[in-house]
Amino acid sequence: MADASAKQVLFEPIFSNNPIALQILGICSALAVTTSMNVTLVMCMAVIAVTAFSNLAVSLVRTQIPGSIRIIVQMTIIASLVIVVDQILKAYAYEISKQLSVFVGLIITNCIVMGRAEGFAMKNGPWLSFLDGIGNGLGYSVLLIFVAFFRELLGAGSLFGVSLMPVVNEGGWYIPNGLLLLPPSAFFIIGLTIWGLRTWKPEQVEEPDFKMSRHTVKEAF
Amino acid sequence: MEHYISLILKAIFVENMALAFFLGMCTFIAISKKIEAAAGLGIAVVVVLTITVPVNNLLYNTILREGALDWAGLPNVDLSFLGLLTYIGVIAALIQIMEMILDKYIPALYAALGVFLPLITVNCAILGASLFMVERDYTFSESVVYGFGAGVGWALAILALAGIREKLKYSDVPEGLRGLGITFITVGLMSLGFMSFSGISL
Repeated sequence: MADASAKQVLFEPIFSNNPIALQILGICSALAVTTSMNVTLVMCMAVIAVTAFSNLAVSLVRTQIPGSIRIIVQMTIIASLVIVVDQILKAYAYEISKQLSVFVGLIITNCIVMGRAEGFAMKNGPWLSFLDGIGNGLGYSVLLIFVAFFRELLGAGSLFGVSLMPVVNEGGWYIPNGLLLLPPSAFFIIGLTIWGLRTWKPEQVEEPDFKMSRHTVKEAF
Repeated sequence: MEHYISLILKAIFVENMALAFFLGMCTFIAISKKIEAAAGLGIAVVVVLTITVPVNNLLYNTILREGALDWAGLPNVDLSFLGLLTYIGVIAALIQIMEMILDKYIPALYAALGVFLPLITVNCAILGASLFMVERDYTFSESVVYGFGAGVGWALAILALAGIREKLKYSDVPEGLRGLGITFITVGLMSLGFMSFSGISL
């Protein structure tokens, strides 16, 4: 990966190597913050910023970190960045930061940040790592926004808080689907999204598919 | 006493870490292919949560909270912005210490938990529990009960999912949905089931 071009590093994670759909990273917050577009967008920006800058910082000091304590060093860098983001949100977007509650803090343990710091930034230069951080943050955001779009549109009949399909309670015609505002619906939407994504890019199916069939064969005989 | 019982039941079922708040999802989905692995991870989470939540509670109440440094002659200092850094530091350090102690004194348990302990550092359920503890202003004894309950709830959820996935691998799932996709939908259904607890008020 060391000779990968900047463009590849930036765009690959968005669809071909999506952190949520393929790498199983950062799912926790993907589910909890997607009930409305506003909150989701803020969360996405926070994650992109943290991933990009933590990758940059880790990559800058990567040759100086002793191997045995690298996790703690990375954690400290990430935690400091998240504190900055948290304070900024509290200062300029207090309402939204209330709605995000603990989930801003949980960016620290968001596996995307940690996973990219450990998996990419420790081995690559600062510029590429920075781009990789932005790319992965974007991949995460695309999926999150997609989920939030459906949840808010079908669950509350609105987008960004602006009512598009007037709901019955307010004299409109749309009967909102309450299930979509409840947490489990996020799982269904992500599950179906992954299905769609893998139908579109069948090469992503292969690995789990292969494992699956090997199991079946081995245990069938 | 009654208060603590309702707190623990609430932490296990009504506010299940994995299925109601979606915390610790990454490990939840990644390590739930086999029941044995899931059980090991579940036990490790219970142990770590029962220790870290009370320790963070002590730190928060004696050092970080606004006005908590009164005993040191600094009544106006508010260090709560350092919270995140402190909690994650405590968690990472405690896990490291636990690993060393287990390795030295209880090697059998260490062998069983070994691989999972480092993984737990990045499990959001652990940090999440500490943050919820702060947000809800638990006292010390409440935080012990809450930490334990949250851990048990998480362990229960991952065991249930591992059980389902062990059966699921024999079923014929549509191609693109195999693996990750169907797991998400299963977890969604489980979470729907757990929502029935939310009507219970304790």
